[in-house]
Amino acid sequence: MSTAVKTQAGQISADARPASGAWAAEARTDAASRLAAMGLPTRRDEYWKWTRPDSLISAAPATAEVFDNQGEPLVFHEIDRLKLVFVDGVFDADASDDLEGEGLEIERLSTASEKDIHWAKDLYGVLETAGQTPVQSPLAVYNSAMATDGVVVRVTGKPTRPVSLIYRHEDSASDVILHHVIKVEEGATLTLLENGAAAARFNQVTEVDVAKGAEFHHVRAQGRDHDRQAITHIFARVDAEATFKSFTMTVNGKLTRNECVIDIIGDDAVAHIAGAALGDGAENEFHHDDTVFITHDAVACESRQVFKKVLKNGAKGVFQGKILVKPDAQKTDGYQKSQSLLLDDDASFQAKPELEIYADDVICSHGSTTGAIDEEALFYLRSRGVPTPIATDLLVLAFLADAIEEIEDEDIAAEVTGRLDAWLTRRRG
Amino acid sequence: MLKINNLHVKLEEEDKRILKGVDLEVPAGKVHAIMGPNGSGKSTLSYVLSGRDGYEVTEGDATLDGEELLDMEPEERAAAGLFLAFQYPVEIPGVGNMTFLRTAVNAQRKARGEEEMSAADFLKFVRAKAKDLKIDADMLKRPVNVGFSGGEKKRNEILQMAMLEPKMCILDETDSGLDVDAMKLVSEGVNALRDEGRSFLVITHYQRLLDHIKPDVVHIMAAGRIVKSGGPELALEVENNGYADILAEIDA
Ligand SMILES: Nc1ncnc2c1ncn2[C@@H]1O[C@H](COP(=O)(O)OP(=O)(O)O)[C@@H](O)[C@H]1O
Ligand SMILES: [Mg+2]
Repeated sequence: MSTAVKTQAGQISADARPASGAWAAEARTDAASRLAAMGLPTRRDEYWKWTRPDSLISAAPATAEVFDNQGEPLVFHEIDRLKLVFVDGVFDADASDDLEGEGLEIERLSTASEKDIHWAKDLYGVLETAGQTPVQSPLAVYNSAMATDGVVVRVTGKPTRPVSLIYRHEDSASDVILHHVIKVEEGATLTLLENGAAAARFNQVTEVDVAKGAEFHHVRAQGRDHDRQAITHIFARVDAEATFKSFTMTVNGKLTRNECVIDIIGDDAVAHIAGAALGDGAENEFHHDDTVFITHDAVACESRQVFKKVLKNGAKGVFQGKILVKPDAQKTDGYQKSQSLLLDDDASFQAKPELEIYADDVICSHGSTTGAIDEEALFYLRSRGVPTPIATDLLVLAFLADAIEEIEDEDIAAEVTGRLDAWLTRRRG
Repeated sequence: MLKINNLHVKLEEEDKRILKGVDLEVPAGKVHAIMGPNGSGKSTLSYVLSGRDGYEVTEGDATLDGEELLDMEPEERAAAGLFLAFQYPVEIPGVGNMTFLRTAVNAQRKARGEEEMSAADFLKFVRAKAKDLKIDADMLKRPVNVGFSGGEKKRNEILQMAMLEPKMCILDETDSGLDVDAMKLVSEGVNALRDEGRSFLVITHYQRLLDHIKPDVVHIMAAGRIVKSGGPELALEVENNGYADILAEIDA
């Protein structure tokens, strides 16, 4: 069965889908037909007003120079973890640990999708489909149709080590589409780490099902590759008394858009999403977009969005975030904070914070601010002999601190802070 | 040590003259006090000496051990040995006090071509100095001055001074808001630093502080100028009679 997709010449299309077994082929075909109906994003779409989709939907990606990190150990290198390595989207078994862990079932998507029956069938493309409301994400639909690989992880226990996805970029023209499916079963716990330059252009979808009383912790590092173009989506379904926490740090990259759609479906659940981005437009363009939709459809749940961006030299930041509280979602506690620190007059930040509330007994708030370095604090530091660049970086790290505090594991949080500090330090030269 | 010569300062943004010809010399090893009514320009003098933005020097100069201070960046002045204990210490959310102190100490060492202090040595150093000022571990961990009481902020200023070992210390109303015990701690902290190679300029409203930190010379500042200088007895005179008599005497 094939579904013709209406795309214009020179744009991506979902026509030539990867070969798969029955369930996966069906999911891919479904996605392709949904994409055909939806069309690719255009600048006229409400949520693409500030981010140009052009380079994400062109038939071929712009070439991206392979970043030379000059031997710097990769982020998380000191954290004991189960490593899975993808080189330009191709799984590297030799560089990866065995696909097994205590309380875990891990498979590659490409293996799982060859099978006729698989548990991932109930999630693959399913959470993504559910996440098309309130706002459509066509590039995620495209991903469901076209993803070549990824990991599918089922967690039944409390693994002692995080699962760590490590991406490597070696081909300056690679156009990589990965799709991960994660199912954290009732009462189970998983920490997922991600880092590394993945491709010249990277389209990633992660579907996460967090069952009753389960916990999912996600910490992701994007950067320091400069030419990166990335569109990522997380679709999460969070059941009663479960915890979902995701943090992303982003440095460099030409264009990064991280979308996150969270549906809270069970009472007393917690969902936190945070991001810390550092961008300097001088060496390249820097455009970073966080787009988040959280839907509360259960009683007494808590959601937090904490996004911080530090921008200079023409770097652009975008935040679009919505909290939707359904009529029965009483006692919702929803909070959204999106702040940017502009280090000069060329940088810009645009924010679209939204609350849509249909229940009456809720506490929801949002705050979006754009500010400059606090001159009083800067002078105080300088008067103690701290040179302006170092003082500025101290204040930058301080500004990012609330987002980093969203990381639950102290060692991982320390690694993130240490990395940001080291990156700021090396840029000072 | 510190020489201020006919210093005239106005606000950068508006046509408001604040310092109108300040002359002052603090020799090495001496403690000078400046007293004066509110709004006479005492804090402005301390800010201009430490390099804060917003002021324009229209005439005169200031040197520290012969080096022209007013041409330097604030961090260069600090590295040259100037220290200002702020009247209103600044709160810096998100920056731990310890990180702040370590960064400052190491930045100054680096500026002087010395090696940075190891983490372990620094810890020992800061703990010893903090103990003298009854600054507990919690205060060192918290963000700089955030949630500190008035007295804690002032003790934190003295801690910074003790760690940075400047040669010219300016204290701007370090006594304001201190209770008797805190005043004693702060004074002891200052006195412990008194040394032939180190000078102090103590700005205060009250004789009280000068009972603890004995000044060699007391200056009275009014309307942007030093209008009278004398020995410690001048502070007593102010304490007993206020500024009115002195100002009247000058006007006469
Ligand atoms: N940044 C400023 N903006 C406006 N007025 C100022 C500023 N700095 C100082 N002044 C004015 O200058 C005068 C001297 O102030 P200040 O130096 O704080 O005095 P003191 O410390 O002796 O009380 C006051 O009239 C004050 O209002
Ligand atoms: Mg004052």
